[in-house]
Amino acid sequence: MNIGILLKEGPYNHQASDTAYKFAEAAIKKGHKVDAVFLYNDGVTNVTKHTDPPQDDRHIAKRWDELHEKHGVQVLACIAASKRRGINDDVLIEGAEITGLGTLTDIAIRNDRLVTFGD
Amino acid sequence: MEDVKKIMHVMRRAPHGSIYTYEGLEMILIMAAYEQDLSVAFIGDGVYAIKDDQNTDGIGIKGFAKTFMALDMYDVEKLYVDKQSLEERGLSEDDLLVDVEVLTSEEIGRLMNEQDVIVPH
Amino acid sequence: MLHTINKSPFETSTLETCSRFLQPGDPLLFLEDGVYAVQVGNRVSSSLESIMKNNPVYVLGPDLAARGIEDVTEGVESVDYEGFVELVEKHQVNSWL
Repeated sequence: MNIGILLKEGPYNHQASDTAYKFAEAAIKKGHKVDAVFLYNDGVTNVTKHTDPPQDDRHIAKRWDELHEKHGVQVLACIAASKRRGINDDVLIEGAEITGLGTLTDIAIRNDRLVTFGD
Repeated sequence: MEDVKKIMHVMRRAPHGSIYTYEGLEMILIMAAYEQDLSVAFIGDGVYAIKDDQNTDGIGIKGFAKTFMALDMYDVEKLYVDKQSLEERGLSEDDLLVDVEVLTSEEIGRLMNEQDVIVPH
Repeated sequence: MLHTINKSPFETSTLETCSRFLQPGDPLLFLEDGVYAVQVGNRVSSSLESIMKNNPVYVLGPDLAARGIEDVTEGVESVDYEGFVELVEKHQVNSWL
């Protein structure tokens, strides 16, 4: 099955990023294709490379990077939401891209499921 | 047409206090260009998004209630409002800015079950 | 349609709202702070029991454990993230954020 994920909250403030990641990981483990994680609202702040959590905490931005690197999951930040929140190509982790809401529409159309995480 | 999906946007938050409704509306406007079978359901505090007489001048936030009136021009015509949510808030259809279908939770629940995608805002 | 709830029933009316829209047979999954709903003997236990007459109810086990909840209302099935994925295999998803 092909799955798209919509993530609507930033990291750490809410559990949404963690649940979305765990869900994606489990879906991949079960042999599904996770096509893309689309970041909307404050969700776009998941992918700034300036994130620097304490060493004993999970590194959420890095986790998304690895998901892209190892499993080819597209990690996409909405451009309109990013601009509002100071997210641009200069601060983006390597595995992420900035794109438009049209891309989210394509993700919704081409996948069997769109699963939303947020608060 | 192949690949037309039924996509329902669910507005459940009050406007202005958070950005969810506004950015949700932006998403709906973009999706409207893709000729999918779109609908919008207003549930809970989401009904406040389309309440008439909103004036945001004093709070320094751009008002967007009237943009909901433009959805019609984008061929987004399926606007559903949960009857109980309206009533609980002391509102009636006359207090709303746009033409909507007021439905029972049961009716909206059945429509939800027909969807390929539900996007909460 | 799989419905998910991630809010404590003591903080928001999400459970109450969602339950009005559930169609018979629709599964309901509690996750994140939503899992507090399934602790045995709380204020929403009776509404949960009436939901379970028509709808299977699941809870995300790791979220329960994280919150120290061991006694779960009878009939609620605990699943892990893979179980969550299995529910998504069978149903479209309606997240009541």
